[in-house]
Amino acid sequence: MNFAVLQFPASNCDQDAVHAVRVLGHAARLVWHKDNSLGDTDAVIVPGGFSYGDYLRCGAIARFSPVMQAVKQFADNGGLVLGICNGFQVLCEAHLLPGALIRNRSLQFRCEHVFLKTVAHDSPFTSQIPEGKLLRVPIAHGEGCFFADADTLAQMKASRQILWQYCDAQGELTDDANPNGALEHIAGICNERRNVAGLMPHPERACEPLLGSADGRLIFESMIHALGQKPAALAA
Amino acid sequence: MPTIRLVFAGLARIVMKAKIIITPKKAVLDPQGKTVQSALEHMGYAGVAGVHVGKYVEIDLAPGTDRTAAQTALDEACHRFLSNPVIEDYKLEIE
Repeated sequence: MNFAVLQFPASNCDQDAVHAVRVLGHAARLVWHKDNSLGDTDAVIVPGGFSYGDYLRCGAIARFSPVMQAVKQFADNGGLVLGICNGFQVLCEAHLLPGALIRNRSLQFRCEHVFLKTVAHDSPFTSQIPEGKLLRVPIAHGEGCFFADADTLAQMKASRQILWQYCDAQGELTDDANPNGALEHIAGICNERRNVAGLMPHPERACEPLLGSADGRLIFESMIHALGQKPAALAA
Repeated sequence: MPTIRLVFAGLARIVMKAKIIITPKKAVLDPQGKTVQSALEHMGYAGVAGVHVGKYVEIDLAPGTDRTAAQTALDEACHRFLSNPVIEDYKLEIE
C-alpha cells in the first residue's frame, strides 16, 4: 500500500508517520502542502505538529493549503484519511470531520501515555482491534479537548462515529483518565461515511515494542486490512 | 489655496479599519476565561460574574475600498476562516 503523509510548515510527526508505515512493511512518502495532487495513493495521513505555527486556530490555515483540496477530493471519492493530533484539528477545520478541538481544560500541554477504549469496531480504522483490548498510546497536545454541540453529538452517536474514548487502565471512563476535558472522553472519531478519522493520541509513536508500546499498529493494520492487504510481519 | 488642497488630500487618504472581535460561544468550555475570573477574584476585584477570553483582529483596508463590499467580503472571511462557527462567535465593525 502507498501512504501519502502530508507535510505542512511546522508538521513535526510527519517522519514518525512515514517510519511507522514502513515498519508495517508498506510504502509511505511525504507530500508537500503546496502540491495540488496526492499522486498514486491508497491512504492519506495528516500528521501531528503545529502547522503554520498554530496561528489563528490550530489547523485553520493548513486547511486552505492546496494539498487539502486534493485530500478533500480523495475523501469525497471514498479514500481513507487519518488525522493524528494536529492532523485531527486540520480535518475538523476542513469540515471533513465534525466538531472542534479546543484548549485543554487544565490549560496545560499534556505529554504522557493514555489508555484508549475502542467504542466502534466497525470502521476501517478499528476493525483489527480485538474486542475489549485497551490501546496504550502517547498524547502530546495543548488543544485536544473535543467539542461538538448537542445536536452534532447526538448525530455522531446515532451514526456510531465515536471510535475511541480516553479511559483508565481498567477501561473505566474516569475524570482522571480524561487528559484534556474532552466531551464524553472522546479521543477520536470518524465521519458518517467512515472513511475519514481523526484522533488526538499518536498511534505512530507506538508501533514498536522499543517505544514502550506497539498498540498503535492495530490502527494502521486496520487501515491496511481495509485496503485489502494483510500487513507484513514486524521487521526484525 | 494650498491649505485647503492639503485638507482634501488628507480626507481622500482616510484609511478604513475592520475590527473583528472573536469570542468563545457560551456553550463552549472556556478554561482561560474561568482562570482569569478566578485570578481577578483572588486579587479582590468584586462583582465579576464571568470572563470570556477571545481574540481581536484588526484589518487595514486599502484606500478607496467600498465599505459595503468590504463588509460583505469580511463577513464571509470571518465565517469561513477568521472564526470557527462551531466554537466561536464574532463581531465585525468597519470604521
